[in-house]
Amino acid sequence: MTSRIKLRTLVLCLLPATMLAQDVSSRLAAVEAAAKSAQSAGDNAWMLVSAALVLMMTGPGLALFYGGLVRRKNVLGTMMQSFILMAVVTVIWALVGYSLAFGGSGPFLGDLRFALLNNVGSAPNPDYAGTIPQQTFMVYQLMFAIITPALISGAFAERMKFSAMLLFMTLWSLVVYFPMAHMVWGKGGLLNAALGGTVPCFDFAGGTVVHITSGVSALVCALYLGKRLGYPATATKPHNLVISFIGACLLWVGWFGFNAGSALAASPLATSAFVATHFGAAAAALGWVAAEWLVTGKPSVLGGISGCVAGLVAITPASGFVKPFPALLIGLTAGVVCYGMVTVVKKRFGYDDALDAFGVHGAGGTLGALLTGVFATSQVNDNFKDSAGRTLPLGLVDGHPGQVLNQLAGCAIAWTLAIVGTLIILWVCDRLIGLRVRQEDEIEGLDYSMHGEEGYIFEQ
Amino acid sequence: MKKIEAIIQPFKLDEVKEALKAIGIDGMTISDVRGHGRQKGHKEVYRGQEYNVDLLPKIKLEMVVPGDRYEEVVRALSAAARTGKIGDGKIFVYDVAEAVRIRNDDRGDAAL
Repeated sequence: MTSRIKLRTLVLCLLPATMLAQDVSSRLAAVEAAAKSAQSAGDNAWMLVSAALVLMMTGPGLALFYGGLVRRKNVLGTMMQSFILMAVVTVIWALVGYSLAFGGSGPFLGDLRFALLNNVGSAPNPDYAGTIPQQTFMVYQLMFAIITPALISGAFAERMKFSAMLLFMTLWSLVVYFPMAHMVWGKGGLLNAALGGTVPCFDFAGGTVVHITSGVSALVCALYLGKRLGYPATATKPHNLVISFIGACLLWVGWFGFNAGSALAASPLATSAFVATHFGAAAAALGWVAAEWLVTGKPSVLGGISGCVAGLVAITPASGFVKPFPALLIGLTAGVVCYGMVTVVKKRFGYDDALDAFGVHGAGGTLGALLTGVFATSQVNDNFKDSAGRTLPLGLVDGHPGQVLNQLAGCAIAWTLAIVGTLIILWVCDRLIGLRVRQEDEIEGLDYSMHGEEGYIFEQ
Repeated sequence: MKKIEAIIQPFKLDEVKEALKAIGIDGMTISDVRGHGRQKGHKEVYRGQEYNVDLLPKIKLEMVVPGDRYEEVVRALSAAARTGKIGDGKIFVYDVAEAVRIRNDDRGDAAL
């Protein structure tokens, strides 16, 4: 009797303790799950906003920036070239683009595992971004694939057939952009510093992938298509710097999504990239304006906005690797160098890079990619570890001068791919469709000859 | 009747209008035009590319006045539009054969 009572008391005493232990562990699991879901929610919110910001860079940002720089008769044709890529590249991306860039783990190109966006859903892809739905990552990267070819259109502005442009951009995405994006950002890509590349090249947000490929291809286009009729004797001055100004400022704001978003999380690294981006743009605007003021005697608005874009380009590869002061330095250098590119170098060689896509993106992108090798530091980005888990030194300032050579190799590959790929594609498009509009259409302007409209109608 | 055609500096338009109003002339037609006489244009620079802008913005002012008043009008207009610098513009005076007020078919000075 007594032993039974004792046993019962014992059971009664122990019961709450086991229940308590179970309760603690299940509560802990619940807290962990809640924390994880909160992080996911935060990261996903930031990445969706970033994706929207990057799309805003193309339309209206780049469309306004470029649209204002051409003559009045070409404003719609120029804006349309940016706008239509928002649609065309989106479809290509859904069919094969995302998969070719981010499926598989080959050194040069992805595979077709994500073709038709198969298996790209709400589950994260831990290779790239473990806290956000893969669909968020996919749509964010899409916005980069849109703006990159749009940048090229500045070089052949005012003289390329719309149909030829569509074919060119489609082929260019397949031949140049997707391979380059895979090489630098895709798992196992040749230049991927984080996921097993043999030539680790630091490119945080697209110095090689976006700006070198587009800028160098732009130069090839300008040379292949030849100069606009009458260039440079006839005036081809910008018809509306006000809309260019609005466009450039939208680019500046959108670039926060481009660079800080490339952290792929709402993390301190995103903040650091945000700061570096802003500082780079500011210093470059000052650099360009100061250089121009010294040379021509007047600080121009076009100089200011061109400078900020040059700085944003140059800081792009470096943004997730450098501290604020090196960012200022990179921006300042880019402002002055790009000013020299579009004034001295362009005049010297006489190519008609109409809106300076090469002078700003090709030159600024190369400069930024190389300077990333100089100023990258593990104090900003400690995601790179050796096999023992120790943080690796990144750039020259960390005592790793070899990184500059890696960056040089990355630039060389991007330049080569852009030159060879673009030449072949241009040749194909020229054979199939013909690249340039008819002479009378060029004189009439693309707005009417290609689209049957005019940009400014102020009738009652 | 005389037709007075004046090419003036755009920023002088308000002063000219006031001066004409002061002597009782209130009908005129104005257009934005571009041109140059002896005034050489100016230089604009866009990304290092220099453009000489020799056709500068001007205002063309046209009015028809009774034949006995044109001297007075030209004097007022000229005084109001003058800065004394090159580029102030020119005034031309023509004979006018007829004027018709469309509303009620008034003719001649009555139509002005």
